[in-house]
Amino acid sequence: MNLVSQWVAFKTIVYREIHRFMRIWVQTLVPPAITIALYFLIFGQLIGSRIGEMGGFDYMQFVAPGLIMMAVIQNSYANVVSSFFGQKFARSIEELLITPLPHYLILLGWVLGGDARGLLVGAIVTFVSLWFYDLSVVNWTLSIFVVISTSVLFSLGGFLNALFAESFDDISIVPTFIMQPLIYLGGVFYSIQLLPTFWQTVSLANPILYMINAFRYSILGSSDLESLGFSINSALFMIVGFIILLTTICLWSLNKGRGIRS
Amino acid sequence: MLSSQSPSALAISGLKKTYREGFIALKGIDLNVEAGDFFALLGPNGAGKSTTIGVICSLVAKTAGSVSVFGHDIDHDFAAAKRCIGVVPQEFNFNQFEKVLNIVVTQGGYYGLPRKEALVRAEKYLRLLDLWDKRNVVSRTLSGGMKRRLMIARALVHEPKLLILDEPTAGVDIELRRSMWDFLQQVNASGTTIILTTHYLEEAESLCRNIAIIDEGDIIANSSMKDLLGKLSQEVLVLDIVESLPPDFTLKGFDCNWVDAHCIEVSIDREQHVNSLFAALEAQQLQVKSLRNKANRLEEMFVSLLKNPSKQSDIDYPHHESAEASA
Ligand SMILES: Nc1ncnc2c1ncn2[C@@H]1O[C@H](COP(=O)(O)OP(=O)(O)O)[C@@H](O)[C@H]1O
Ligand SMILES: [Mg+2]
Repeated sequence: MNLVSQWVAFKTIVYREIHRFMRIWVQTLVPPAITIALYFLIFGQLIGSRIGEMGGFDYMQFVAPGLIMMAVIQNSYANVVSSFFGQKFARSIEELLITPLPHYLILLGWVLGGDARGLLVGAIVTFVSLWFYDLSVVNWTLSIFVVISTSVLFSLGGFLNALFAESFDDISIVPTFIMQPLIYLGGVFYSIQLLPTFWQTVSLANPILYMINAFRYSILGSSDLESLGFSINSALFMIVGFIILLTTICLWSLNKGRGIRS
Repeated sequence: MLSSQSPSALAISGLKKTYREGFIALKGIDLNVEAGDFFALLGPNGAGKSTTIGVICSLVAKTAGSVSVFGHDIDHDFAAAKRCIGVVPQEFNFNQFEKVLNIVVTQGGYYGLPRKEALVRAEKYLRLLDLWDKRNVVSRTLSGGMKRRLMIARALVHEPKLLILDEPTAGVDIELRRSMWDFLQQVNASGTTIILTTHYLEEAESLCRNIAIIDEGDIIANSSMKDLLGKLSQEVLVLDIVESLPPDFTLKGFDCNWVDAHCIEVSIDREQHVNSLFAALEAQQLQVKSLRNKANRLEEMFVSLLKNPSKQSDIDYPHHESAEASA
């Protein structure tokens, strides 16, 4: 397959992926916007005004970057896991597997689809948040890098989940029992400096904590990470490291036919 | 017709497949299909037909053996091999929520056809398959026969040199089946090699030039349709006679069975000529009004070849098909 054909095929996947979540926007774009608006209203506005400061900022300011990241993570993951597993389940994935398209482009196509939804929802949520406070960003480059790389990482995670999943149960177990707790305990709503030392140390084993705090740092100019002696770069390396790891596992599994060929 | 140098459309050798649970679906099959052929892979349910097709289009990982398509090995030259193949699977495998036209155009895109060109091709094949009026319909709402035709259009959008159809007419009524046969014959006439699997014997007999019979993961016969039919030692001809015949009627030199006053059944051996039958009838001054084969000979032979003849119940005989269609 020459490069032009590969490019066309790749565009076809990305276009189809975007078309899919746009067509069902009531299921894919509206709910996160509503959920996050409620979070802003309840935690930011109503309770937040009583909480006062968190990590040296207004609670609203503190919680906004966490909520945006939460939306990006959940939607990138959800898009890929449901789209890819859905195709596996309906066997329409075979339409792709019989073509000469190399596996890495199939993977990349789905990851870009997940990014498109993750980032679009992230943008919608950011836009909604402007109703509640004035956003100012300290380091645009860093914030864009963190948000995109996190979206890529969780799109890959969704792909891997779908690849190994054999039933619809399998695609809800990971988001519910692993990701949700890690996100909630990853410093979206609170600074881990509020925790006793033991639980701080436990929290530091949570990769999502680094992503949320790196993003918070890029927006506010400070986060738990530097206060606890970690550099922002270490968080970035970790994200990139996970991306490389998951990409390798995905490609290896695809080439082995794991989850897609009998 | 074709030079012997041109590579086979499909060359399979020593192909084995053991599924993960340990079930051996293919026991080491060899198969060769010449370019331009119309080839039938015939076998009862569970024989390994779909598994073979799955391996050819790389949806099933083989355990051993090699497969090449127009000279391209599916392992070492997979892109070129896959480019040559169009496949119509046994089960519906398109997105049921997608519109008909989008399904075909998207498949074209997966093969690298720019959208404009994919649209032109999609229109061409959807029109040929009588689906153009349905192009904006969500595929889920199509009838079974339409869904099958949609998959044929989808398989042709990149204009493959080898079209493989896995039981394309299963569950399709007789009328539609015949129009699908006509269509496939046109596709074959235009130079596309066709392989189809079926357990409708009539289908193989009326469409295909060459045939392989597969049973329990082994190829148990592989030859031209003509040779295979010729292997039957006897066939029974049913003759309608103008004159009235007595019940004790006999025909010299032939095994003859009186059915009624105007009808007899005559068995003839492979060595005997039909001419000699007519000569014998003429000697008695009898005129033949019409003549036909008694049974589907392929069907008889098929049953005789199967390892486990009780499996013949898996095979759909033509009279069952008619019953099904008129039901
Ligand atoms: N994914 C699978 N896992 C295990 N066994 C399978 C699988 N697919 C098919 N088989 C078995 O392999 C045999 C051949 O199946 P198949 O190739 O579908 O036969 P056919 O298409 O000739 O009806 C059957 O016994 C079937 O049960
Ligand atoms: Mg089958």
